[in-house]
Amino acid sequence: MNEIYLDNSSTTKPSRAVLEIVEKTMAEDWGNPSSMHKRGVDAERYLKQTAKILADILKVKDQEIVFTSGGTEANNMAILGTALANRRAGRTILTTGMEHPAVSEPVRVLEEFGFTVKIIPTDEEGRLDLTFLKENLNDDVILVSTMYVNNEIGAVVPVDEVARLVHELAPQALYHVDAIQAFGKYRIYPRREGIDLLSVSGHKLHGPKGSGFLYVSQTAKVRPIIYGGGQNGGRRSGTENVPGIAGLGVAAREAYTDFDQKIDHLYQLRDHLIEGLRRIDGVVIHGMPGREGAPQIVNAAFTGVGAEVLLHTLEDHQIYISAGSACSTHKRSGSPTLTAIHAPKEEMGSSVRFSFCETNTIEEIDRTLDVLRDVLPKLRRYQAR
Amino acid sequence: MYDTFLLKYGEIGIKGNNRHLFEDALAKKVREALRRISGEFEVTKERGRVYVHCSGEWDEEETIDALQHVFGIVGICPVRVVSCESYETLRDGVLAYMKEEHSKKEETFKVKTRRANKQFPMTSMQIDAELGHDILEACPNLTVDVHRPDVLLDVEVRDEAYIYSRIIPGPGGMPVGTNGSAMLCLSGGIDSPVAGWMVAKRGVTIDATYFHAPPYTSERAKQKVVDLAKLVAKYSGPIRLHIVNFTDIQLYIYDQCPHEELTIIMRRYMMKIAEHFARERGDLGLVTGESIGQVSSQTMQSLLCTNAVCTLPVYRPLIGFDKNDIVEISKEIGTYETSILPYEDCCTIFVAKHPVTKPNLNMIERSETHLSEKIDDLLQTAIETTEVMTVTAD
Repeated sequence: MNEIYLDNSSTTKPSRAVLEIVEKTMAEDWGNPSSMHKRGVDAERYLKQTAKILADILKVKDQEIVFTSGGTEANNMAILGTALANRRAGRTILTTGMEHPAVSEPVRVLEEFGFTVKIIPTDEEGRLDLTFLKENLNDDVILVSTMYVNNEIGAVVPVDEVARLVHELAPQALYHVDAIQAFGKYRIYPRREGIDLLSVSGHKLHGPKGSGFLYVSQTAKVRPIIYGGGQNGGRRSGTENVPGIAGLGVAAREAYTDFDQKIDHLYQLRDHLIEGLRRIDGVVIHGMPGREGAPQIVNAAFTGVGAEVLLHTLEDHQIYISAGSACSTHKRSGSPTLTAIHAPKEEMGSSVRFSFCETNTIEEIDRTLDVLRDVLPKLRRYQAR
Repeated sequence: MYDTFLLKYGEIGIKGNNRHLFEDALAKKVREALRRISGEFEVTKERGRVYVHCSGEWDEEETIDALQHVFGIVGICPVRVVSCESYETLRDGVLAYMKEEHSKKEETFKVKTRRANKQFPMTSMQIDAELGHDILEACPNLTVDVHRPDVLLDVEVRDEAYIYSRIIPGPGGMPVGTNGSAMLCLSGGIDSPVAGWMVAKRGVTIDATYFHAPPYTSERAKQKVVDLAKLVAKYSGPIRLHIVNFTDIQLYIYDQCPHEELTIIMRRYMMKIAEHFARERGDLGLVTGESIGQVSSQTMQSLLCTNAVCTLPVYRPLIGFDKNDIVEISKEIGTYETSILPYEDCCTIFVAKHPVTKPNLNMIERSETHLSEKIDDLLQTAIETTEVMTVTAD
């Protein structure tokens, strides 16, 4: 029995081409990109290539790409760096309640340091309250940070609309978008859409872990948060992770190859799973309906079944899903997103996430549904009473 | 600097004719503990004392830490070895030591000499007096107090003189392996690792049994128990860990018995299985982390019910401890941080909202008659499918 991996929003399997280039940059072109000699030049070539690939995809300049150790660092650089650079211009930061901890935690730290933080409320499907946003945008706002695609329920933020409001009503503010679940699933054009800062992680799109970048618009004032040898044009010091960056470039290019077919396929998987789940009793599906939601994520509560128990039961059938967001399972606190969308308490403890990639198949979804139909009655029979 | 430790042991000293057995066991355990760290160590037994001579790439902190994990050691004394060809060379060595170690603050001191080398021309009383006099003159910050000194300087005159004034506390207890073996019921909680540590401290070799209930408990919960066993093994030596799959028994009880009795009945079957492995291993008792009244399954009535299935003695070293006291020990021995990792264990799933707190043994036994059809087979399967591993400290 083959395994069915439906946890692609936690991480993805690196692609063959990614493996090859990672190996090549470790076995052959292992030089330090900053070295003056040929080895250095050979290694630097990979950085330039990846920057070009990413810049072409986003339709921005190569110099606006700053490589980081992944999504978390990109978010930290965007948030802390903006606050450091613009702290005299204003003190207010706006964000949503459904952000990943890699955004909400640096924001919380800034609150400790005296910044004013306002949380944009969301409705039951994860839609932002744009009226609240409008009312709270003013000259004191230096940063607005929202995700593009929510990591737990796949809710999509209308980033172009948010950007328009931000630049109209808060002229000093930078707009940061955490696109870690969106890059590779949406065509994103930061300059046209008015996004100043955009975070991306490599391992969510079949790239290597420890790779990622922050797009920094050339007009945005952002202080570095890591200092040293001045790599990345001084914006992020530290010898570049050449294998990671090379892999990131390959992964990004692959993600946008045959893009529309892939997205259609993901929506088919999603629609098929949702349809099947709707026919099972006691299932509540979270997030936005149809094509309003992201193509790769389905979040569902199975009433009366503990999320972890369901996860391990499916694991026995070699089906891998996640309970809450994988990065935060070590904490017992409730899911930030489910809290933000006002999910009832009993749904919080029984919600799991299925997340796809383009290699998943309809047959895999069918088998997952079969297993669910098979195990749910037993799991529901044995529960705390 | 020094390169020798004198190990003080308390209770072993009073074990009469068995004394050498205990000393041999201690020396053996010390050697085992030191084998895991860098450096070369010679462990010797001389005149009722155990010495560790260190050489090579040894690190002071690492060595003391290793010795602090050997039960039976009450005190660890870093020893300076100085020449004692004559009183003058002894005196010079002692004064140099006192100036290095005790010149910082106003303190009282006393010299206590033992003269093993009877060739030395002065008696121990004379050496005490002369050294005391010379130290007083050389160290103006020190005064004599022979009743309650801040600094007790021990001087042992042998072929060379061994001097020490610092005693680093050891863990106490008795060397593991001198008191038989016992089967610890190990959960992922705070209490059971502490209970195992306490019994091991009395010289008992530890085996352990853990019950997991996949998919209701995760692979991580199991790994957590293995990690806890590793931490206890740092004191107790290797632990033979039995991992029993308890799911089917648990679900069967759930189906057949009153829900509020689930936990008690479940624990009774756990004890039965643990006892089975204890007998298989030749263990002389079971060990649990129970403490009276801590939870509903640990009231006096509940303990009576779980105890009733065992014929081996069940040792409960934490029986009179408050939770806070147990937490304190677990922090001290380093198991706390692992114990509080939040993974379900099989006692917490299916827990009734109102479990019985005063179960009656007759009623429990009557409930268990509903299990008669399948329980023996299920027990047999659980025993046969048990995974056994030897867990050693990292």
